Amino acid sequence: MVSWTEKDPIVSIKDVHKSFGALEVLKGVSLDVMKGEVICIIGPSGSGKSTLIRCINALNDIQGGSIHVRGIDLTDPHLNKLELRKKVGMVFQQYNLFPHKTAIENVMMAPLLVLKEDENEVRARARDLMKKVRLEEKENAYPGELSGGQQQRVAIARSLAMSPDIMLFDEVTAALDPETVKEVLVTIKDLAQDGMTCILVTHEMGFAREIADHIYFTDNGVIVEHGPPETFFTKAKDPRTKDFLSQIL
Amino acid sequence: MYLIAEFFRQLVEDYPRWNFIWMYEPVQQEKVLSGIWMTIQLSVACLFFSVIIGIIGAFLQGSRNAIVRMVVQGYIQFFRNTPPYVQLLFFYFALGQFTPTYSPDGWLEVPIISNVGWAIISLSFFAGAFNVEIFRAGIEAVPESTREAASSLGFSRAQTFRYIVFPLAVRVSLPALNNNLVNLVKTTTQAFGIAVPELLYQSVTIWNDYPSALYPTMLLVFVVYIVLVGVLVMSMNGWERQMRIPGYGL
Ligand SMILES: Nc1ncnc2c1ncn2[C@@H]1O[C@H](COP(=O)(O)OP(=O)(O)OP(=O)(O)O)[C@@H](O)[C@H]1O
Ligand SMILES: [Mg+2]
Repeated sequence: MVSWTEKDPIVSIKDVHKSFGALEVLKGVSLDVMKGEVICIIGPSGSGKSTLIRCINALNDIQGGSIHVRGIDLTDPHLNKLELRKKVGMVFQQYNLFPHKTAIENVMMAPLLVLKEDENEVRARARDLMKKVRLEEKENAYPGELSGGQQQRVAIARSLAMSPDIMLFDEVTAALDPETVKEVLVTIKDLAQDGMTCILVTHEMGFAREIADHIYFTDNGVIVEHGPPETFFTKAKDPRTKDFLSQIL
Repeated sequence: MYLIAEFFRQLVEDYPRWNFIWMYEPVQQEKVLSGIWMTIQLSVACLFFSVIIGIIGAFLQGSRNAIVRMVVQGYIQFFRNTPPYVQLLFFYFALGQFTPTYSPDGWLEVPIISNVGWAIISLSFFAGAFNVEIFRAGIEAVPESTREAASSLGFSRAQTFRYIVFPLAVRVSLPALNNNLVNLVKTTTQAFGIAVPELLYQSVTIWNDYPSALYPTMLLVFVVYIVLVGVLVMSMNGWERQMRIPGYGL
């Protein structure tokens, strides 16, 4: 299992099939992500982007194919989900903060309860993270007292508190108004520049073009086209990709 | 004290239907006080156990085991759809026969569960059935996405329940819980039916002995319940305020 080295892909997805009942949502998806890479997944609504990204931290199980994350085999029936989730952080479209905890408590909770770390250490780290997402003055605010963009940045800090190797972002700016989108994107960009491996589902084409090392376009459960941003955005070959890009750009 | 007693003695002379006998006669006073005390003990015990039953039941209803869920469902249906008074009689007279007894002095056979014990058990299960439903509704109000956020951070199922789902569910449940607990306190009067010496029981013995004390004693029962329920409601409201989350709808 853990024969993983940095020369291997940190996330390796091979021919993954996923169905909800009779509905097949992923129909053989393969992709590799190297450590430190930033990849963006784009595609029309319902094409299976969220489903795919949720498979990477085992929120969804898969019916065929394989996924390895840092050498951990996700199809192993004895999969230790805790070990996996220590390595993979996830940020959701709707933030999903814990509404009864203050911002800093949200950030501290998992390290305290899951990693059982020392409270003072965790607090110091949480403070640093709040600073990193530019919210040091909002430490004691409750999620309901924060704007959408601020909540999303707390959610990012909360994931980072577990010191993951990989971050998953599922349309994290889709619920935000245009002015606050930027503050969240800046935070993600900082992370990417620090060398975090990031897998993003996004509709922000300009952003994808700017930060992605590689872009994947999905439609109807398959990857139709992929490539580095320069070629992807200018030399797309598949008619579905062209059609999608022409509507969005 | 003496003046107050004298006042009520005089009152019954002038108005024979208004015999506040427990204001001047120590024996009757003792009955009233012990009745109030029993009502309080009964209420507190039933509140406590019914809430515990509600929490455990709601947790078990989320079980993956279908049999466990069915047992909980059966329990709820039975206790919610039958009269609490009949339940009480059933517990005391039917089940009471099968409980072991012990003998403190070698002569007397005393059942290990007294009538007070049966009243607490029966009323707690009765109110507990409603509490299960109340807590379950609260648990269901916690969005799946919040649970997913917790599990994607590595929380176990038990940790997610304890630290996320339960605290949020309690807040959602409080108004309904409030109502049910108020009803429970009032339902403790039914323990009268199995001779638990609570306030109503003592009051009835008083007005049977002294018909002239009927009106004052009934008045007393009303006033005591208004005060008891008032205290309960006030503390529940205080708790609700204390649990309020800034910026959150509840
Ligand atoms: N839990 C579920 N149960 C049943 N069907 C589901 C479930 N989750 C997703 N689906 C279905 O799977 C398909 C793909 O959904 P998915 O959320 O992955 O799309 P998406 O590409 O993320 O779309 P969007 O851009 O709208 O977020 C949809 O048809 C959806 O209805
Ligand atoms: Mg989606």
